[in-house]
Amino acid sequence: MIGRVVVGLLVGFMTLPTAVVVVASFNPTAILSFPPEGLSLRWYENALTYAQFQRAAVNSVIVTGASALLALPIGTAAALALVRRPLRARGFWSAMLLSPLIIPGVAIGLGFLILAARFGLLANRAVLIAVHTVLVLPFVIRSVVANLDPELERAAASLGARPRRVFRRVTLPLLRPGLFAAVLFAVIVSVNEFVVSLFVSTRVTEILPVAMFTYVVNYTDPTMAALSTLFIGATLIAVLLTDRLLGLSRILHIGDDR
Amino acid sequence: MTAKTVVALEGVEKAYGSVRALAGIDLGVIEGELLALLGPSGCGKTTTLNVVAGFVQPDRGRVRIDGADVTARPAWQRGLGVVFQSYALFPHMTVAENVAFGLRERGADRAEIVQSVTDALALVRLDGVATLRPGQLSGGMQQRAALARALVIRPRVLLLDEPLAALDRKLREEMRTELKEIQRAVGITTLFVTHDQHEALGLSDRIAVMNAGRIEQLGTPREVYERPATRFVADFIGASTVLEARALEARAVEIAGGLRIDVRLPRPLVPGEHVRLLIRPERVELGEGADTLAALVIGVMYLGDHTEVRVELSSGVRLLATVRAAPPLGPGDPIGVRLPADAFLEIA
Repeated sequence: MIGRVVVGLLVGFMTLPTAVVVVASFNPTAILSFPPEGLSLRWYENALTYAQFQRAAVNSVIVTGASALLALPIGTAAALALVRRPLRARGFWSAMLLSPLIIPGVAIGLGFLILAARFGLLANRAVLIAVHTVLVLPFVIRSVVANLDPELERAAASLGARPRRVFRRVTLPLLRPGLFAAVLFAVIVSVNEFVVSLFVSTRVTEILPVAMFTYVVNYTDPTMAALSTLFIGATLIAVLLTDRLLGLSRILHIGDDR
Repeated sequence: MTAKTVVALEGVEKAYGSVRALAGIDLGVIEGELLALLGPSGCGKTTTLNVVAGFVQPDRGRVRIDGADVTARPAWQRGLGVVFQSYALFPHMTVAENVAFGLRERGADRAEIVQSVTDALALVRLDGVATLRPGQLSGGMQQRAALARALVIRPRVLLLDEPLAALDRKLREEMRTELKEIQRAVGITTLFVTHDQHEALGLSDRIAVMNAGRIEQLGTPREVYERPATRFVADFIGASTVLEARALEARAVEIAGGLRIDVRLPRPLVPGEHVRLLIRPERVELGEGADTLAALVIGVMYLGDHTEVRVELSSGVRLLATVRAAPPLGPGDPIGVRLPADAFLEIA
C-alpha cells in the first residue's frame, strides 16, 4: 500500500513538469502562466510559422541525420576493434571512447569552440555534425558491444569459417538489433542535445533546442511550451513506432535472458 | 607398437602484460586418448587449449598436429572441434543450422549435410529439437548440441573447455558418463580442460596437472593420485596430510615433537636428511592397540558414505583421516592413530 503511494508520487513528480508544459501550451494568453485561462492553438501556429524555428528544424534534421550516419559505421568499427583488444588495453580504449558521457558538455563545447575558431569553421554546420557524432558515438559503441560475443566468433572460426564468413554469418546477424538500438539512441541524444551545441552554433546553423533557448531568453509567451509539446509528441511517436516494429525491450536488452 | 602423438606442444610460452600465463608447456596428446588439463583457475589450462585451437598466438614455442607445425595457422584452418564452456551456440540459428554450420563452410552438398546432421544429433541423443533455437533448450541439451556441432565436422581433435561446469550436479554426473561413451565410440583424440579433480580422474586416460603456467605432473589418474610428483599435485588432487620429517635410519623418520615413525619408501633414507612425506586420509587408521599413537579428535564431518576425522597427535601434528563406518566420535575424544609404514609417499 505504502509502496504504491510512493511509486504514485514518484511518477507524478517525474511527469509533472511535462504535464505543466503541455497544459501551458494551450494557454490563450501571452504570459507563461499556470493554470491556463482558456484553450487556444495560437502558440502552435506561432511555433510552426516562426522562421527561425523552421530554419533550426531543418538544421536539426541535417545534423542529427548526418551524425547518426557517421557514428553508426565509426562506432561499429570501434566496437569491433574494442572487443578484439586484450582485456587490459580494452579498459583504456573503452574509457576513452565512452568519455563524452562523463566529460561536462561545457568542456567539450569550449574545446570545439576553440578548434572551430582556430580553423575558421564557426559558421559551418560541419562543426555541429562533428560535435554530435562525438556525443552519440558512446551510445552506438555500447549498443554494438552489448551484441558482440567473441566466443561465438571463435566457435564459427573453429568450424572452418574464414574471418569474412564469420562476420557475414555470425557477427552481422547478431549485430542487427543492436544497430537499431544504436540509431534510436543516437537520434534521441542528438535531437535533444543543447549544451555543447550552444557553444558552436550561430544564428544560421543553430539546431532546434538552441533556437528554443534563444527564443525563451527574448520572449516569455507559450510558443516554447507549444514547441516542447510537439517535441515530446514526436519523440513519443518515434519510440512507440520502434517498439511496435522491433520490440524495444529486445533491442535494449531489457529482460533479455539470452 | 608406439602410440602416435596427435597434438604436440613444444616449449609454448604466453604472457599477458607482466602475467606469464604459460611458462613453457611441453605436452603430447596421443591418438585416441582423452587427456585432461587439470588445475585451479588461472593456471593456464584454458590458455593452453586456446593455443591448440588457434585462438591464442603463443609468444614462443610450437604447436604441431600430426607432426605438422600449425603454430601460424589460423583457427579456421586447423580442423579441430571445440566445445565451449558457454556452449557458444549461435542464437540466431536453429539447432540443425548450428550443427550444419561447419559442413556448410566446407561446401558439403545438401543431402550430405542433412544426413550428417541427423547422425550427429542421434549420436548425442538429441532428437526432436532440430528446428528449435538454442535458447529454447535446457542446459544439458545445449551441451549435446554443442558436442554434435563440434563432432559433425569429423575433427582431428576434440577440444573441450570445462564442458560440464555449467550443468547442475546430477546432470553433470550423467553427462560425464555419456561424454566418455561418445568419446570412446567416436575414438576421437580429446583434450579436455577442467578444474574438477573428480571429472579429471573419472574421465581421462591421462591427466596433466597444471599450476602457474606449467605442467606439474603428467600421468594416468592412478599415477597422479597415488604418486603425486609435487606437493601441489598432492594438495590439488584428493585430500592429504603432508609431514616434514628427518630421517633417523633407512626406514624410520622423526616428525615434529620427536615422534618416531617407521616408513617404507622406494629408496633407503640417509640418516639426517630432510624428507617431505605425504599420507592420504584413507590410509590413516583409527582405533586402539599397542602400535597406535595417542591423539585427540579435533573435528568430525559426516559425509554419508564416509566420515572425515581430524586428529591431533600429542606432539601437535594434525592429520586428516577418512573412515567408512562412522564411530561415535566428538571433538576432544582420545583416540589411537596408526600410520602404516607403506602408507607414506615421498614428495618433492
